[in-house]
Amino acid sequence: MSGAKAISLHVAVIILLFALNFLLPEYHHGVLARVMVFAVFAMGYALLFGYAGLLSLGHSMFFAAGMYGAALPVLHLGWSAPLAFVAGIAAGTALSLLIALLALRTTGVAFMIVTMMFAQVFYLAIIYFSPWTRGDEGFALDRQARIVDLGGNLVDLTNPTARYMIALLLFTIALFTMLRVVTSPFGRVLVAIRENEERTRMLGYNTFANKLVAVVVSGTVCAAAGAAYALLFGFAGAGFASVQYSILPLLWSLLGGAATTLGPALGALFMYYLVDITSGYTSAYLLFVGILLMLLVLFFPKGILGTARDRWARWLP
Amino acid sequence: MTPLLTTRGLSRSFGGLKAVDKVDFDVMPGEIRAVIGPNGAGKTTFVSLICGRIGADAGRIDFDGQDITDLPAYQRVRKGIAYTFQITSVFAKLSAYDNVALAVQRSMLDTPDARQSSKALRGKVMEALRRTGLEDRADAQAGTLSYGHQRLLEVAMGLALKPRLLILDEPTQGLSDAEIVDFIALIREIAKTATVLLIEHNMQVVMQLAHRVSVFEAGRMIADDTPDAIRENPVVQHAYLGDGPDE
Ligand SMILES: Nc1ncnc2c1ncn2[C@@H]1O[C@H](COP(=O)(O)OP(=O)(O)O)[C@@H](O)[C@H]1O
Ligand SMILES: [Mg+2]
Repeated sequence: MSGAKAISLHVAVIILLFALNFLLPEYHHGVLARVMVFAVFAMGYALLFGYAGLLSLGHSMFFAAGMYGAALPVLHLGWSAPLAFVAGIAAGTALSLLIALLALRTTGVAFMIVTMMFAQVFYLAIIYFSPWTRGDEGFALDRQARIVDLGGNLVDLTNPTARYMIALLLFTIALFTMLRVVTSPFGRVLVAIRENEERTRMLGYNTFANKLVAVVVSGTVCAAAGAAYALLFGFAGAGFASVQYSILPLLWSLLGGAATTLGPALGALFMYYLVDITSGYTSAYLLFVGILLMLLVLFFPKGILGTARDRWARWLP
Repeated sequence: MTPLLTTRGLSRSFGGLKAVDKVDFDVMPGEIRAVIGPNGAGKTTFVSLICGRIGADAGRIDFDGQDITDLPAYQRVRKGIAYTFQITSVFAKLSAYDNVALAVQRSMLDTPDARQSSKALRGKVMEALRRTGLEDRADAQAGTLSYGHQRLLEVAMGLALKPRLLILDEPTQGLSDAEIVDFIALIREIAKTATVLLIEHNMQVVMQLAHRVSVFEAGRMIADDTPDAIRENPVVQHAYLGDGPDE
């Protein structure tokens, strides 16, 4: 059971996001839809990094597994969007199970390097199979495939409002799943593993099995984000499998608070606008982004919400 | 009566050093067994082999009539072997309550009907904290507790596992005399429901509590007898008692 306060806050966030659909100007409306999908990616990552304490540098492969798992069947087999979405998630689950079995033999820095290597292999495989994946250039999804028949109602995923609402739905499911998981006995075991794995083992927990489940849940959530991105925005490209997209969820989590439920989403939003605004003024925007990130880490070492929890609101999950 | 725990030829080396060397060892159910010996004798390594924290090079361990030599540590814990660390190893950033709750939660997973009940969890956590005298510190962050209280928290976590064999690695190290008196009473109480294997430097504690004493030196068990007989044993006096307890 999570506290009533925590649940109220999460519900309030969802209501606010719902209201923003009607209030935001077109540009920011589009940005927020995109950020909500990235926020799901961030949450999937933070479950593993923030709670279980496993720092992966290869999560782009799970996002990309979802993206290509959904987009390739649409491109080559003409699958409908809902079916493709399921395929994307399944691809992420399968890949994360395989990676977990291999990478969890290591810990710490070795885990970071091993996950990065696997992600690099995945990226190179996408390039290598360019005839099917269209490599770096990527490919757009057919508009027809993005019109979904939901019990007689046609939902057009190219329509901004439909897109926003589906992103919000996915975000809501991911957020409450995350809240549920981290306040469950399983979530407490993950924190225990992060704090002291040997002690956790000596309390009778199979720490390997718990970490395995954490990697698979994390990979699956990230894949759901990747699949949704492909279907909502109609594009898949190898860039999303690159190192950059492994670093981004790490930064989002660090910024917002890796061991909080809402922090990763906040981090994703913050970072998106940071890049968006600074790049409008100067071509050296990455310098400003870097400086701001450094200041944030100095003054908010546990991320925005992690530090807020320590100082003001201990009830934040 | 059959022993609860036996080891035969149990050995473990680190590089060329034989930390534990062909130890044959038996503990009866209900017993309080003390293990003594100078620093570096291999006591911690020996109990680490029993609880599975480290693997044996050779030999065999039986618990409750079953060969557990190849079982991973977490499964040994589930069979009822609880270990409290010599170097205090609590979850420093979590509250004392949460530390114990992790142990209780684990043992409750074995009894599915109790799985959902957070009230039952709370009751069990508070009971373990009360038995160790920590109930008014339930909300304190474990890392901020005094050293003595952290040692007690270790014991509370061990207790919360409802162990059949509780292994305590130098639990009184760093405790005040008053705390040691309470501690002796606590171990007597624990021994009513569990077998206790106690590594201990304080000879007063050993003499007051132990039914039998095993003496380690340089990886070997050089004596295994009643406390009185151990006190009189010339080999032991030479190896250990003669120099006085080293800290
Ligand atoms: N992990 C380890 N690696 C190398 N040597 C070790 C290790 N653990 C213990 N030893 C060595 O094994 C010997 C026995 O250590 P230990 O079991 O801790 O003794 P005790 O608990 O009786 O003081 C010591 O010489 C110690 O240095
Ligand atoms: Mg020792």
